[in-house]
Amino acid sequence: MKTNPRSIISLGATGVFLFFCAWGVWFGHNDFAIRSANSYLGFLKEMFWVLPMMFLLIGVFDVWVPREIVERHVGEDAGPIAILWMILLAMLQAGPLYGAFPVAAALSKKGCAAKYIFIYLGAFSVMKLPMLSFEITFLGWKFSLVRLMFTLPVFITIGYIMGRHRAYVVQ
Amino acid sequence: MAFNLIGLCILAACFALDRHKTIRSVHRGLMMFWKIVPEMSIVLILISISLSVLTPTQLRQWLSADTPAHFVLALAVGSVALIPGFVAFPLAGVLLKNGASITLVAGFLTTLLMVGVVTLPMEARYFGWRTALLRNGLSFIGAVAIALAMGRLL
Repeated sequence: MKTNPRSIISLGATGVFLFFCAWGVWFGHNDFAIRSANSYLGFLKEMFWVLPMMFLLIGVFDVWVPREIVERHVGEDAGPIAILWMILLAMLQAGPLYGAFPVAAALSKKGCAAKYIFIYLGAFSVMKLPMLSFEITFLGWKFSLVRLMFTLPVFITIGYIMGRHRAYVVQ
Repeated sequence: MAFNLIGLCILAACFALDRHKTIRSVHRGLMMFWKIVPEMSIVLILISISLSVLTPTQLRQWLSADTPAHFVLALAVGSVALIPGFVAFPLAGVLLKNGASITLVAGFLTTLLMVGVVTLPMEARYFGWRTALLRNGLSFIGAVAIALAMGRLL
């Protein structure tokens, strides 16, 4: 298996980070190192808890779902109902935004129009259900409702602007 | 938890339908995952460091006044930092209770949600730098507009 240089550099940097954290925790009892190491391990746990299943489902989507279905519902000529599909898909998910990039890439590869890809990313970043329930708890439903009211047209507009630029997939 | 359970059910159903196709899907999914783990790790390190620098106490001090300069600071912090929701929303609630304006709190939250400077390398890996920068730039402008509009209305 070939390893690309970016992975090696990334793993090296991770090693350096962990070394400095360990050094700071054991020898300096450094508060900064303890906090950084703690949150890094917490995020790592979250990543390995949510993302493998996300990628397994992307794999299933990639192999099982025919291109025609994606093109018909969210392709270039799908019509505005596609916006609803993308928002629904985004709302039902959880996890950080960087988990949505591979999903977007998989959709794009199957023929989903660029504008809908970016509407999906927009909806994912601002209106996931788990996040909304949290927001309502701490800031009240009025704040959430008004934020959504203003945010919805903004990210749909951004989607349409981005749709003019072709989203291309590197992987 | 629920997400993983539903995922497992879907995988089991696929496996019952077509064993070989499912094995191929699983293989493809896991390969995609392994390939991005190292870069993901870098993003997590950046998030961890930024969280250690910008503790909630620190942010409460920084975002306590309502001058335009503080609004700009809130936008900058929101854009760069990647603070998870369970830290950010309680913090925003405290800021509002302490008398911060809606505009400032909304600006902080909307940039936090919509703009991700730290995750730019990941985004660029999938869409290219031009697209990633454009999306974040437009999102930033949108976030500022949303914050100003919310300040007017609430």
